[in-house]
Amino acid sequence: MRKKRKAAAKKYTSRVFSALVYLFLYAPIAVVILFSFNTSRRNVLFEGFTLDWYKQMATNHALLESFGNTLAVAGVSTLIATVIGTLTAIAMFRYKFRGKTIIDLLLYIPVVIPEIVLGIALLSVFSLVHVPLGLGSMIVAHVTFQIPFVVFTVRARLSGFDRSIEEAAMDLGANRVRVLTGITIPIIAPGIVSGAVLAFTLSIDDIIISFFTTGARSTTFPLKIMELVRSGVSPDVYALSTIIILATFVVVLISQISVYKANQRALKSKYKEKQK
Amino acid sequence: MAKAIVEIKNVNKFYGDNHVVKDLDMEIYEGEFLSILGPSGCGKTTTLRMIAGFEQQTDGVITVEGERVENKEPFERNVNTVFQSYALFPHMTVHDNVAYGLKMKKVKKAEIAGRVEDALSMVRLEGFGKRYPAQLSGGQRQRVAIARAIINNPRVLLLDEPLGALDMKLRKQMQIELKNLQKQLGITFVYVTHDQEEALTMSDRIAVMSGGVLEQIGTPAEIYEKPTTKFVADFIGETNLFEAVEAHVRDDGTVCLNAEAGELTGADPRFSAAELVYLSVRPEKTLASESPVTGFSLRGTVRENIYIGTVVKSTVVLQNGQEIRVSSIAGAPVPAAGSARYIHWNPGDAVIIHSKSNTILDLMDSLDLGAYVAGGA
Repeated sequence: MRKKRKAAAKKYTSRVFSALVYLFLYAPIAVVILFSFNTSRRNVLFEGFTLDWYKQMATNHALLESFGNTLAVAGVSTLIATVIGTLTAIAMFRYKFRGKTIIDLLLYIPVVIPEIVLGIALLSVFSLVHVPLGLGSMIVAHVTFQIPFVVFTVRARLSGFDRSIEEAAMDLGANRVRVLTGITIPIIAPGIVSGAVLAFTLSIDDIIISFFTTGARSTTFPLKIMELVRSGVSPDVYALSTIIILATFVVVLISQISVYKANQRALKSKYKEKQK
Repeated sequence: MAKAIVEIKNVNKFYGDNHVVKDLDMEIYEGEFLSILGPSGCGKTTTLRMIAGFEQQTDGVITVEGERVENKEPFERNVNTVFQSYALFPHMTVHDNVAYGLKMKKVKKAEIAGRVEDALSMVRLEGFGKRYPAQLSGGQRQRVAIARAIINNPRVLLLDEPLGALDMKLRKQMQIELKNLQKQLGITFVYVTHDQEEALTMSDRIAVMSGGVLEQIGTPAEIYEKPTTKFVADFIGETNLFEAVEAHVRDDGTVCLNAEAGELTGADPRFSAAELVYLSVRPEKTLASESPVTGFSLRGTVRENIYIGTVVKSTVVLQNGQEIRVSSIAGAPVPAAGSARYIHWNPGDAVIIHSKSNTILDLMDSLDLGAYVAGGA
């Protein structure tokens, strides 16, 4: 009897606990979504439903432009960082060379160094060599901190990679370029994709490094919001945030479904084999 | 003799200071099944990888079909490899795996499809084309790896312990299949293994390696019955090994030897006086009788008899403590444990191995170092 009650209590507390965790994580996001539909300008009370802020957002050129800048910087820098990072990871995996340990160590520095130091350092370098500040300088800055993350994720994927697979391809007549493009890269693709996604995410919500390396006329979305916070965030920012949240949610959902399906397929084939 | 398709001349391989292949000389004949046998770290896989082009020899020459290959990349050599780990491409179907080599050679698609079918049916995997490697069992993956290699019609197929990961029963089955496949295709197989039974069953010839040195190369029967080095005698099968010095050569050509355990007899005319040799005799050729035999003075006590189906394995401990293994066919009378026995054999059944230290002594003799030293003094 007592045991049963104890088990029930356990179940109950674990449920409450999980609920609180989710509430803590998602309540702020829910508030943003809710107030994007609020008729009142101040986000204290929900006074009524409206889509006005979405209309206003659609005409807020400064806001949209900053968002466009963010996407452009994130897109271009991710592309560059992914290529450099992937090739670095493959080279570090494949070859032994002098100073490898040092390069390995140096890769960690952009990750652990306070962002503000990196931001100031980049700014001083740019002014030293007279690089005009703007989207270009920001892209270079973002690539700098993105590379290590791509290297780490790709390298994690490579750690289980059997080198004789590459040798087998060469043995069958593939030259080095074909081995890389047809064998190595497709096999480590999941690592490359997750590295790229990580780099993209880091770039999209970066504030500190962007703050130091941006030009006067190339604000990004996070910087724009920072600017607005001082004068009070207007609900059209909520509207744009809601759209971003929804887009993220859809992307996550699609990727999870495809992972789930792949797992199911693997399970099924294993089951079939057992039945034999 | 058959024509050599791969020639290895005076090849050395160093990894840093590590000398892994030493002065290797070997000819591999066209159409033969050659096994390179040895314990791990003996240089057998390195030798295979040098033929394939994954490793470059430090010095020496390797030729395939008469052409030197040291400047050829693996993808330029007309040899194919079956890897120990199979090394299938996990992101491709079985069909695409097998077709890969032909695709690289830009063979027409229609032709590829037919040849893939043929290759898959040769390894009895018809209908598996659409599967992925992860959906296959170990034995099936092995077959795909073989099909993927043989579809290219290589002149030489290199196999690096291809059955190492399979269980016993499947291994035996695959050994027979591989041997049949080799006969059917007429391709030269170079097969690396550490399993002597595997080498003995499948090979036309066996090359035994140890510590980077080629110990002996010959047919399975030669390797087993006439080992030329102590290592080969010891490594292949079971043997009773004696270190001995020549006492005298008898009129019938047999040689009387003195070992620590006593007097024994072998047959080998190539002798120099006071040479230190090894005498090896297989347990199935070793006899244990109740009364002494001329030419032998090996007395011992039977310690135990172990019945293992077809044979009974007896252990006789000699007076100096050396253990002698005697195997007799089950059903024949077996000496009781604890009884005294005299060990002997037909002198022709024993193999006398000239030890390596001796060749150096011979060399020094022929150089007449003594005279040189004396002259100098």
